[in-house]
Amino acid sequence: MAGFSVMDTLFQRTLDDLIKGLRLQLMGESAFLSKALDEIRREAKSTDPDTKSAALLKLTYLSSLHFYDMSFAAFHVVELLSSTRFSHKKIAYHAASHSFDDSTPVLVLITNQLRKDLTSTNEFEVSLALECLSRIATVDLARDLTPEIFTLLASSKVFVRKKAIGVVLRVFDRYPDSVRVCFKRLVENLETSDSQVVSVAVGVFCELALRDPTSYLPLAPEFYKILVDSKNNWVLIKVLKIFAKLAPLEPRLAKRVVEPVCEHIRRTGAKSLLFECIRTVVSSLSDYEHAVKLAVVKIREMLVDDDPNLKYLGLQALSVVAPKHLWAVLENKEVVIKSLSDVDPNIKLESLRLVMAMVSESNVAEISRVLVNYALKSDPEFCNLILGSILSTCCRNVYEIIIDFDWYVSLLGEMSRIPHCQKGEEIEKQLIDIGMRVKDVRPELVRVSRDLLIDPALLGNPFLHRILSAAAWLSGEYVEFSVNPFELMEALLQPRTSLLPPLLKAIYIQSAFKVLIFCLNSYLLLRGDAASSSYSDKLVPDVPGLFSERDSVGCSDLASCDAPVEAELDEGFNPRDLNQSFGGLSVEYGGEETSTCGQASASASLKDSFTHESITNLLNRVELAVVPLTRSYDVEIVERARNVHCFIELIKPQMPDCLVQKEESSDTEEAEASKIIKLMHDAFSNDLGPISVSAQERVSVPDGLVLVENLEDLETICGDVQLPSLNSFSHGSSHFEEMAGVSIPIFQSKEEPGPSNECTSLLAEHRKQHGLYYLPSEKKDGDYPPANDPQLQANSNDDEDLAKLTEQLLVSKKKPNHAKPRPVVVKLDGDQVPIAAGPHSQEDLLSGTVRDVLLGSETKPTTRSSTKRKGKEKLNVDSTTESKENLGDVEKQDQGNSSTRKSKPHTHSKGRRHRSPGKKGDEGEENCQKAKPKSSGRHKARQRADAPLNVVSQTPVIPDFLL
Amino acid sequence: MIRAVMVINTQGKPRLAKFYEFQPVEKQQELIRSVYGVLSSRAENVSNFLDAESIFGPDTRLVYKHFATLYFVFVFDSSENELAMLDLIQVFVETLDKCFKNVCELDVVLNYSKLHTVLDEIIFGGQVLETSSTEVLKAVEEISKLETASNAISLVPKSVSSWRSR
Repeated sequence: MAGFSVMDTLFQRTLDDLIKGLRLQLMGESAFLSKALDEIRREAKSTDPDTKSAALLKLTYLSSLHFYDMSFAAFHVVELLSSTRFSHKKIAYHAASHSFDDSTPVLVLITNQLRKDLTSTNEFEVSLALECLSRIATVDLARDLTPEIFTLLASSKVFVRKKAIGVVLRVFDRYPDSVRVCFKRLVENLETSDSQVVSVAVGVFCELALRDPTSYLPLAPEFYKILVDSKNNWVLIKVLKIFAKLAPLEPRLAKRVVEPVCEHIRRTGAKSLLFECIRTVVSSLSDYEHAVKLAVVKIREMLVDDDPNLKYLGLQALSVVAPKHLWAVLENKEVVIKSLSDVDPNIKLESLRLVMAMVSESNVAEISRVLVNYALKSDPEFCNLILGSILSTCCRNVYEIIIDFDWYVSLLGEMSRIPHCQKGEEIEKQLIDIGMRVKDVRPELVRVSRDLLIDPALLGNPFLHRILSAAAWLSGEYVEFSVNPFELMEALLQPRTSLLPPLLKAIYIQSAFKVLIFCLNSYLLLRGDAASSSYSDKLVPDVPGLFSERDSVGCSDLASCDAPVEAELDEGFNPRDLNQSFGGLSVEYGGEETSTCGQASASASLKDSFTHESITNLLNRVELAVVPLTRSYDVEIVERARNVHCFIELIKPQMPDCLVQKEESSDTEEAEASKIIKLMHDAFSNDLGPISVSAQERVSVPDGLVLVENLEDLETICGDVQLPSLNSFSHGSSHFEEMAGVSIPIFQSKEEPGPSNECTSLLAEHRKQHGLYYLPSEKKDGDYPPANDPQLQANSNDDEDLAKLTEQLLVSKKKPNHAKPRPVVVKLDGDQVPIAAGPHSQEDLLSGTVRDVLLGSETKPTTRSSTKRKGKEKLNVDSTTESKENLGDVEKQDQGNSSTRKSKPHTHSKGRRHRSPGKKGDEGEENCQKAKPKSSGRHKARQRADAPLNVVSQTPVIPDFLL
Repeated sequence: MIRAVMVINTQGKPRLAKFYEFQPVEKQQELIRSVYGVLSSRAENVSNFLDAESIFGPDTRLVYKHFATLYFVFVFDSSENELAMLDLIQVFVETLDKCFKNVCELDVVLNYSKLHTVLDEIIFGGQVLETSSTEVLKAVEEISKLETASNAISLVPKSVSSWRSR
């Protein structure tokens, strides 16, 4: 054993050797490292402390820079800690602070060693222990070592004392009861002459005050003194940070500090201090006009500085000041806008934020114009940032700042055409949202949509597909505003739509369907109204020719359908075929046809365009485009295409008849055709409204339905759903291929049983597997109430309420005071939820629980250690009562109960001690972690318990201190 | 407080990493990697700030300075001043410079322990402890003296390894 150890020692590699070996890399890094790690594992077990320490040093190095786990060596670290030699201790403490955390089991073993080192006469050993403690202190360590730290807080050696002050932060955090022991001395350190000590103490108070400012208000006089007297920039920065937190809580304090802060702004040459002063003013003293003005002057200097850091921070300061003093931003408008083209992405981003802050109802158009121009010039990433921020700013609070929706909609259209635009989803959402909410803008929406749809180049950009689908939906839904529905139909059926993903393609088809219904209906209405015989007389002779032509085209189409098996090929092929035939038709009908395409600007000419042949052409056109799609691989497309196709099949045979027999005007056939069209038109003309965000919540959960909270296992279910469903559909489409030539009705009936059988069996299987997510199976499908049961609706008034509410909102939302009246924007109460109410209520909940914890912590039992230290506490209490007497002279006149705020915790803690024996041990240490150091627990609890009284009594305190 | 100090070379190799809140090693590696990922894409002559919140979570800021082949990175929260942190990087580098006489990456690589000793005298538990490089240097020298002195005692039983480390 001994020999092994000596050999180890003799030939051990030191850290230097390890590093040099790594640099040479003779055998590859990972091989070298794993070999070294094996060595270390062996060496760490050695009984020789030198070997052990060298091994641990190497291990810490590897762990720190090569990220090897070193938790296995925790016990060896503890062993080495007890070495008497400084160099060993140093390595051990370094290793401990690097690798230990709260869950390290051996932590309980080091308490005594730490205590020993903390009381060592060697200041460097003390420093090592303190340093380690500042990283790894747990609740137990903090509790057990509080007395030693208390002693060190008054050490004569500055080197030790400042580290002791630093460690207090961690100790307070872990063991709040230590506040009662150490707080007094910590405050004393604020007032010492040594600037290093003050610096660290202020730093600690800055951290504490940031977490819970209210508790540190009583210390304002001390901080104020430092703010006025100190010459050390580091200290001043920290004090300013403290005041930035305290000032908003106590207006009179703000009044006091505003002058010294301004003084620093005027005098200081240090940029860091200057910036901190500015930040304090703009964030916490923004009510003081002269201070803000001074700060803005300095911000301006920063903005024009060559140093990008200052420029960046200046912009940041501006965005802090923006909400309250927009003039400051407007004053620097040019610089801000110029910064949009800065090379530094930080600066660009910050200036973009500022520009967005400037946006208001009056300038939104102007700013958006500037930004869109910038977006055109910028790199893709920033371009999308710009677009994103325009979109989010404009849609904020249900398009609050938009007055001219026509302009905004055309801006959306313009943004879609920016080459780098990747905001398709957002634009899609807004287009549809505006369409549903703002009735007045629909004509413009349809116009913009038409421009987007008609451009075949746009279909090539996948980022735009979502926008195009929105445009298609809009032009279908609001086709009545369309100037030229025929043109729209052309756009919707153009060959390049095959580039769209299936789902979006389905939207196109559905929209085409709507347009078709609209045209037919308009045509019928027109005919019914006009009944001009000369008109139809002229048309009648054309009919046979027209239809023979159509038939031939249909046949050729069918023939072409028979041959190819692959639907893809079909899709590419057919539209072209159809274009040709359409071209042929338009040649044949020369005059009228061109007129339908060409004119269309006025509604009068629109009426003219609904001629018999144009309608028939339209029907043919749609049929030709849709038939090949019924053999698509995608269910959505197939379903929509079938709908359209079946409809055309129904209507088409009756079209010539109803024309011929129109004069008789009492034919049942015609009535039937027009009935169908009317019915369809009615179905589509129902206005779709926006849906409240909270709509889902309004649906009450039916009795007996148990909702599962945790849906994690749903993923596995969805996982195995994917495959079978895919299979079944591809199976279906193979049917399609086989029967391509057969007429549709037959093939439908034949094809249906196959997949549906398969589906039901799959479904049954699935239900067996995951019964949890299905409704109870004893209920037959027929038992479920139909979705739109009129009886049910009559029973529940919810829908009516909603409708009423919407109406109310509609009325109340009108803004009459604008020159150009803002169109009505439908708003639902639920719309506000995600913006304002959601987080707010959550916050209330949070503060509520915090309050609970704080109130709870008041009755927290004192643990054994504090009883152990009662003597010291008493000493503490005594000393504060002294200070109470000193200050009491000044204060006694105006407040009885609030005496010195500083002493409150102590007096209060006495009360706690009385109570504590009663409820011992039912509260964990976790509570103390939440409860803030010093007094927060007691303090806040007090404040909340007698809030109104306290506010009155506490306000006179601060000025008295300051005077 | 200061959350972390990192020194990364321009190839992305960490040369010094100190986290003032415990992080498991895997997390440390991930953080350093993401910081380097952003750093390496930054142009010269731009501001020394980085969006840290996407890497380190809310209320974090990051400043860095680029010296020769090394990036010095400080991560901190709202209780520190950004420009003061830049100054602190300067203090750290100045101290190293005085310590090693014209510090270069190799010094940083070869003097792992000393680097930590220097850093620990400047930042203590995430708090700025000392901002004067001469004071830091004084303390570091004394600590080194103490270290060698305590090693000297071991010269007798462990002569060979001591020679080697000279």
